[in-house]
Amino acid sequence: MLVLKTSFKNIIGAGKRTWLNVAVLSFTFVIMVSYNGFIDGWQQEAYRDTENWETGAGQLWHPQYDRFDVFTLQDAHAAIPSGLRTYVDNGTLTPILITQGVIYPQGRMQNILLKGIDPKQQILSIPSQELAQTGEISALIGSRMAESTALKKGDRVMIRWRDKNGVFDAREILIAGIFSTKVPSVDAGQLWLNLNTLREMTGMPDEATYFVESKDCPLKTDADGWLYKDIDFLTADIKAMTDGNRVESAVIFSILMAIALLAVFDTQTLSIFRRRKEIGTYIALGMTPKRVIWLFTLEGTSFSVLAVLAGFVWGTPLLWWFGKVGMKMPEIDMNVVMGDTMYPSYELSSILTAIVLIVCLSAIISYLPARKIAKQNVVNALKGKL
Amino acid sequence: MHFRKYSYICTAKVYDFMDTEFVISIDSLTKTFPVGGSFFTALNNVNLVFGKGEFTGLVGPSGSGKTTLLNIIGSLDTPSTGDASVLGHSIAKLTPKESAELRNRNIGFIFQSYNLLPVYTVYENVEFALLLQKTPVDARRKAVMEALEWVGLTDKEKSRPSQLSGGECQRVAIARAMVKRPAIVLADEPSANLDAKNSHNILQTMRKLNKELKTTFIFATHDEKVMQYLTRIVSLRDGEIEKDSLIEKPASC
Repeated sequence: MLVLKTSFKNIIGAGKRTWLNVAVLSFTFVIMVSYNGFIDGWQQEAYRDTENWETGAGQLWHPQYDRFDVFTLQDAHAAIPSGLRTYVDNGTLTPILITQGVIYPQGRMQNILLKGIDPKQQILSIPSQELAQTGEISALIGSRMAESTALKKGDRVMIRWRDKNGVFDAREILIAGIFSTKVPSVDAGQLWLNLNTLREMTGMPDEATYFVESKDCPLKTDADGWLYKDIDFLTADIKAMTDGNRVESAVIFSILMAIALLAVFDTQTLSIFRRRKEIGTYIALGMTPKRVIWLFTLEGTSFSVLAVLAGFVWGTPLLWWFGKVGMKMPEIDMNVVMGDTMYPSYELSSILTAIVLIVCLSAIISYLPARKIAKQNVVNALKGKL
Repeated sequence: MHFRKYSYICTAKVYDFMDTEFVISIDSLTKTFPVGGSFFTALNNVNLVFGKGEFTGLVGPSGSGKTTLLNIIGSLDTPSTGDASVLGHSIAKLTPKESAELRNRNIGFIFQSYNLLPVYTVYENVEFALLLQKTPVDARRKAVMEALEWVGLTDKEKSRPSQLSGGECQRVAIARAMVKRPAIVLADEPSANLDAKNSHNILQTMRKLNKELKTTFIFATHDEKVMQYLTRIVSLRDGEIEKDSLIEKPASC
């Protein structure tokens, strides 16, 4: 308790040197919490939107289907097996059919994917109910697709596709709606059609390429020859990207931390040099060298404790404001799940990790120069000599 | 044994010391320091005893070994050969923890440059030694105020060392040394930074405490003003005891 009280008194008494260290450390702390908050916020949003718009709670794939190889689409379709029919009927499983096609906006040609979706499905957020209207072939596109093809709601455009026999067919379709999503993989280069319409167009009645599961669907393994893909598999690219960002975050944090710790180390080294007489006095008054080392280590560590407190004081309103207004993202299509504005999410574990890291590293960096006290000649120290 | 040693080093006169309680006994003590490639002998085969309540000065020119002897008695340094027994503790054999405990409980230090803790108030500086002893808060407060009363600084308890004069700082140092009522106070050139008036003030204070509390005071000094108050003067030269005299009636007492 005496050492704790003395260390706090000493660092408060040190004035500007203390506040400089506290400022640098608290800046590092707030930056770390903020940066991790943005990564966590983006990750949560990416997972949530991907689940809502694309993957559902899991998927069952046709064995031939490879989402990264469009050439597999020609064979990656089959009729809905009887074992899955119940789930399709009760709405916990929705079939998606995919085929390759070409669109001709303003006479230009662009390869696209034609995706059939049940207008009554409730699993994905795609507004498929807009495809329920009968009459001409209507389609939904995402805002990225609309921008790249310069199509608007109500426009008509020619599409061409191949049926199951490889025969080309073409038809003018109506753009029934344009939806906005942060998930580019259900938007860019894709045209969403009524599932039954696409089945008719391709001559693939009652067929699907894959099924999307709702949270209530009990199927969690391969079923009837269809391969089960869990949410971890389906969102692996998001995880890889956030892991990459965390490495980047760790590098930035390490640089900031190194600067802050250098300041602490410098202060400690200078302190031990300037306060030799004080060190000698502590020992003369009855402290053991070990206790004086502990005192100086605690002083260095106290910088980080004050920094965390200061960080909470000035960082809380700032981070709250970030959480409220978010961070505007540049309008570049990076083909990742990201909105116009990124909102941070401050996880307790992330904040605690930052605190523990800062405090522990400060303690270590304070201990290193303090060890010299044990080797100091007390008699010389009392006289202020080296 | 103590009598034998004392009688043979005391060159001035042989007194009857049989009733004296010795607090410090120095036996064939030698201290050498490495200087360049050779060794400098700061103390050479010194034998001394100090009785309870003595007001003794170690005098001699610079480099005579008086501060080294004081540091060894205060267990801030260790002998190269021989030993010093302080209150029954062998300085050569003490562990750092035991050594710190001995200083904390039994030895008060007064330094030439005061060595007050700059961020602490006068009260806190004096209180520090008691905090190390884990003295209960009420007893601590009482002891600190009493010590400040001895040195006449009760009105300065909230001041910081930077707000005090040199004389006041040294009085705080005396209060800090005395607050724990140690058996021994070691003062290294306590008046070197003070003017004549302040020197006499602090010496009178120390002499008063020496008489009232029976604390053994040992000074390392070559200040004539200090010598006027001493009851015993041990003269050192080149690390050896040149003369050991008892002063029956010190000039300023």
